[in-house]
Amino acid sequence: MKKIKLDITVNGVKHSLKVDPNLRLLDLLREELDLTGTKEGCGIGECGACTVILDGKAVNSCLILAGQCAGREIVTIEGLSDGEKLHPLQQAFLDHGAVQCGFCTPGMILSAAALLHANPAPTEDEIRVAISGNLCRCTGYTQIVEAVQAAAGKDKGDWWLQI
Amino acid sequence: MKFEYQRPATLEAALKFLAAAGGDCAPLAGGTDLLVMIQEGLVGPRTVLDISRLEELKNIREEDGRIEIGALVSHGRAAAAKLLREKAALLVESCLQIGSPQIRASGTIGGNLVMASPSGDTIPALYALGAGVVLKSVTGTRTVAIEDFFTGVKKSVRRPDELLTAIVFPAPEPSARGFYNKLGQRKALAIAKVSVAALVTRKGEKVEKVRIALGAVAPTVIRAPRTEEYLAGRKLDPETIAAARSLCAGESRAITDLRSTAGYRDRMAGLLLARGLEDLL
Repeated sequence: MKKIKLDITVNGVKHSLKVDPNLRLLDLLREELDLTGTKEGCGIGECGACTVILDGKAVNSCLILAGQCAGREIVTIEGLSDGEKLHPLQQAFLDHGAVQCGFCTPGMILSAAALLHANPAPTEDEIRVAISGNLCRCTGYTQIVEAVQAAAGKDKGDWWLQI
Repeated sequence: MKFEYQRPATLEAALKFLAAAGGDCAPLAGGTDLLVMIQEGLVGPRTVLDISRLEELKNIREEDGRIEIGALVSHGRAAAAKLLREKAALLVESCLQIGSPQIRASGTIGGNLVMASPSGDTIPALYALGAGVVLKSVTGTRTVAIEDFFTGVKKSVRRPDELLTAIVFPAPEPSARGFYNKLGQRKALAIAKVSVAALVTRKGEKVEKVRIALGAVAPTVIRAPRTEEYLAGRKLDPETIAAARSLCAGESRAITDLRSTAGYRDRMAGLLLARGLEDLL
């Protein structure tokens, strides 16, 4: 298999890489760039644990080839906080007890971040639709929805535009 | 997953590559189905032809009363498009029933057709809209009526050297109303057990024309011609809808499989039609 050349931006950092043609975006993030905050759950687009933001939209990184991301911008969970200072969504998840085992949390937060990026003041229904592709098997969704509502209401500034 | 990867810069280059590849090449649009099939070993193409970046296949436009949607328009973009929300709301409804926001951001209108699943959500809506499918190869372009495009479960008339480049349909009359109703195990990420789409044009109180399509109840999406014929010329009232409901259940040809049973699906086909028609009252 001939390697392919790839220039991508991840969390604001530009990378020039040579990768295998069959590499998924998920593998690129975890194995090549050591960004292991992105999780692999089902590997077939049904659980949302691998959700990242690609050019402003939440996508399943298990269903995208690295090659498809050439020239594009990706945000992972590692790209949300400002050093030790948590992103308001991350803080809201902690404040509302929206995390138990944590495996779904990065994907859940990125789906919520993509929503707030497009719609800074979503209704509860819009929040539930936005996270409908992310399965949580221990916390349940009530606290998660409350956390997203709190984050959306907390800051009328443009922090979500910086994702 | 072992394959070579090609990303042509233009449609022309993609078609040339397909023609030369002689069939052992899978075009990749959104990848939400193809990459699952490759990972599960259901297909093993020598080359994946990444067409996902071909901007020329991402337009939505209306010209001379015809609406054209480029094959690479994602379900999310289609659902947000003003033109489609105003003139083809049933197609928008069907796009919003696909997968999850993540799947809709990647998955494409054209991909849903090429995969040719009888439960593909956009397909009944496109039957109801009377759509045509545009297929291109280096030797030419042809437009196939959507009802002639599918030949069986996951089978279509698309040749290996052809790309599905666009979907076209006549802009519905302003008075036309449609719906797409789906029954799945849950609201998100569920494949349809049964689905019903319809487009109804009325003159005064009476139904002038109606096209009804049933999903997931036969090897391909099917029309419900006897129900359509019954409704034509009638006023939509509770009695008419009840009769249409049982006719429609009779036209469903469902099978029992892991998602549902034949009898339940047939009855729900009638119910989903009745609910949609009631909403038009």
